[in-house]
Amino acid sequence: MGTRNFLWNSAKKFFTIGLIGLTVSDRYFSIVPVRGYSMSPTFNPQISSSTGSLTDDRVLVEKFCLEKYKFSCGDVVVFCSPSNHREMHIKRITALPGDWISTPHSYDAIVVPKGHCWVEGDNSVFSLDSRSFGPIPLGLVHGRVTHIVWPPQRVGKVDKRIPQEHLPF
Amino acid sequence: MSRLFQFARQWKPIIKEGFSQSFLIAKFLCLLHVTNTHVCTPVLVYGPSMLPTLNLTGDVVLVEHLSQKFGKVGPGEVVVVRSPENPRKTVTKRIVAVEGESVTFLVEPALSDRSHTVVVPRGHVWIQGDNIYSSRDSRQFGPVPYGLILGKAFWRVWPPDGFGSL
Repeated sequence: MGTRNFLWNSAKKFFTIGLIGLTVSDRYFSIVPVRGYSMSPTFNPQISSSTGSLTDDRVLVEKFCLEKYKFSCGDVVVFCSPSNHREMHIKRITALPGDWISTPHSYDAIVVPKGHCWVEGDNSVFSLDSRSFGPIPLGLVHGRVTHIVWPPQRVGKVDKRIPQEHLPF
Repeated sequence: MSRLFQFARQWKPIIKEGFSQSFLIAKFLCLLHVTNTHVCTPVLVYGPSMLPTLNLTGDVVLVEHLSQKFGKVGPGEVVVVRSPENPRKTVTKRIVAVEGESVTFLVEPALSDRSHTVVVPRGHVWIQGDNIYSSRDSRQFGPVPYGLILGKAFWRVWPPDGFGSL
């Protein structure tokens, strides 16, 4: 009887913790690991051989911006890949609806459509971003990256930065 | 000092009770949030675009989020999608084609029978309203990414005479 009681109590406790954790990560903030080098040198500046190692950066993602979907140029966001809904990507917003953007291959300028944004990685060589799949709907965005929380020597705020080549437009 | 101590002892059970009550309410709200966003939620849909399946004036339908998570949403199902043009709005449409399929549609159904054929790209779905004359859907804004689908509408609860599966 004692063990059953104990099991029941711990199951209830785990359930409660799970509920609260899920709610907080859905509505307020969560922590996600960064894989790959598309955002180097902002995240993962050093080149390591294995994927998913302990030296990968962990970042804090806040979800308050999802109430109104208000973003500004230079924000680093987490979004669901438009070609595969199971994958999440981290990129920097470089243009918002109504902005003009120059596409790299055609020397052509397009305007970002309503409700969409243009995302690019900081490391343009390794990055799969809007330059290959076009503007993405803002509805795919799952949060804004604000801080790096791991590894300890790199803890700090993620700054807003607008790439120089986009400024004069 | 002793009076303060007595005061604290007097109020302790009330404060304790208050904490446990508010924790219970917080737990309940968490449970509500989790079921609403991950399992099943009632949604009020209105507008002309899904006539005659859904009424103009507003139906309440149950939307489940599980089959969308497992990638089991297929053609012919009514889905609730976050609008690609305004992320704060959701639209209810029917999936016509999924990735890799080609879809033929009338560009201006009221004016001419000019039609277009497109192939839905990888990871996207083609959504259309049942009422093609008054619906803003993939014919205007193109295929939408699967990640924008919020859930599948499967059961109508209001109005009472329409109660049942969709």
